[in-house]
Amino acid sequence: MSKYHPTAKQKIRVLVAKPGLDGHDRGAKVVARALRDAGMEVIYTGLRQTPEMIAEAALQEDVDVIGLSVLSGAHTVLLPRIVELLRQNDMSDVLVIAGGIIPDEDVPLLKEAGVHGTFGPGTLTEDIVKFIQEHVRE
Amino acid sequence: MELVEAALAGNRRAIARLITRIENDGDDAHASLSQIYPYTGQAHIVGITGAPGTGKSTLVNELAKAFRAANRQVGVIAVDPTSPFSGGAILGDRVRMRDLAGDSGVFVRSMATRGSLGGLARATADAIKVLDAAGFEVVIVETVGAGQSEVEIAETAHTVVVVEAPGMGDEVQAIKAGILEIADVFAVNKADREGADRTAAALEMMLDLDQTPSSQTRSASRIVIHHGQLMEVAQHPPHSTATGPDVPNDVSASRRWRPIVVKTIALRGDGIPELIQAIADHRQYLETSNELAHRNRIRLTNELEHILRDELMDQLLKKIDPSILVSLMTQVADRELDPYTAARQLLKNSYKGKRQRRSGDA
Repeated sequence: MSKYHPTAKQKIRVLVAKPGLDGHDRGAKVVARALRDAGMEVIYTGLRQTPEMIAEAALQEDVDVIGLSVLSGAHTVLLPRIVELLRQNDMSDVLVIAGGIIPDEDVPLLKEAGVHGTFGPGTLTEDIVKFIQEHVRE
Repeated sequence: MELVEAALAGNRRAIARLITRIENDGDDAHASLSQIYPYTGQAHIVGITGAPGTGKSTLVNELAKAFRAANRQVGVIAVDPTSPFSGGAILGDRVRMRDLAGDSGVFVRSMATRGSLGGLARATADAIKVLDAAGFEVVIVETVGAGQSEVEIAETAHTVVVVEAPGMGDEVQAIKAGILEIADVFAVNKADREGADRTAAALEMMLDLDQTPSSQTRSASRIVIHHGQLMEVAQHPPHSTATGPDVPNDVSASRRWRPIVVKTIALRGDGIPELIQAIADHRQYLETSNELAHRNRIRLTNELEHILRDELMDQLLKKIDPSILVSLMTQVADRELDPYTAARQLLKNSYKGKRQRRSGDA
């Protein structure tokens, strides 16, 4: 039995955050709800978070996964910055995934920067759940 | 145990990981807890409870800022419910606490109840110990949005703030038993809304009723275990009670604490200095009246009882043969057996198993 089995005492903890300035969090909330229904503990931090706020929250909450939603187009700046801050905090083993409006041509750059998965419009929430369950640190 | 040492030294990553370890109740959780226990007992534990939507998180945000302005290190534990169906949870209290980001004197941790029903998680008391031992002088604990009877916070905190909002009910609500009885301080939040004065007046009326002579004997009572529950009894019971040596309790009626009602508008920060003052007054009262020792004792007795119950249950379940459990459950479901008899049979069975094993050893 995996240590993250639904009946196990240990839960997957996920921080869901919206870095940057766009004010649209419907998608982030839908994903948060789907992860909750998959038995995860989702720490929802809300809109307009700076990379520093996100990294600090991830540290205090000791999360296994960070889910970031960006629709402003600033993902190539914000996401690498967050990954870098995690690295500084010795949290490189945290799974980082992103969603929102991310053009295909930016995906390699984000992967290179340390974002483990990107999920654009039309993604099924079960695919996100599966990705997390398969890639989260054991 | 490097992690424990780093947490005691105030390393934030270590504090966070230690809380996770305790929450997950792994093999090393108990060892870590016994290591930090000697360093606990310093923090002032302030509980914030009240119905969903009364503004608890926003109030916690403001309180933490005010404590920080007075240069005190603040730990916050915010509890939200776990889904009984999926085991997952949405922990959303940080949304209202964004002002606390970027301050190394504040540590905020969200916790899911993971099946506990009293308004806190099973590991909340232990997470408080971690923050306490790590040097946070004030630990604010925000409960789940409470109904009328989620009163576990009263066993956990030194000072309980019950948050009310206008328009939540009439005077009869105010004299009901339950959550209102555990308040040391009332915050009538959203006081700019209609009905705030009426809510505050209803609470004051309730508190005036509480000052009657008969209720004053409450302070001259002590706590004993009775039928597996902690109960208050009149002073000077026989010494055979389970609480052991007498707790000194000289709280005379005139010095009894009367809860303070404060009107606040958390979003604007209105009433926060008054609320901080009320919390400080209560702390002062606890220290000068012996009530602090009394409360600590109740808290620790309860904690011990919880731990005992959990451990006993674990041990018991390990001893019970699953097939017997299933067959008894079927009989209960088919109405062939009542659940009380089934429970007794299981208990008897588990004892028998133990004796057999012993005689086998010999």
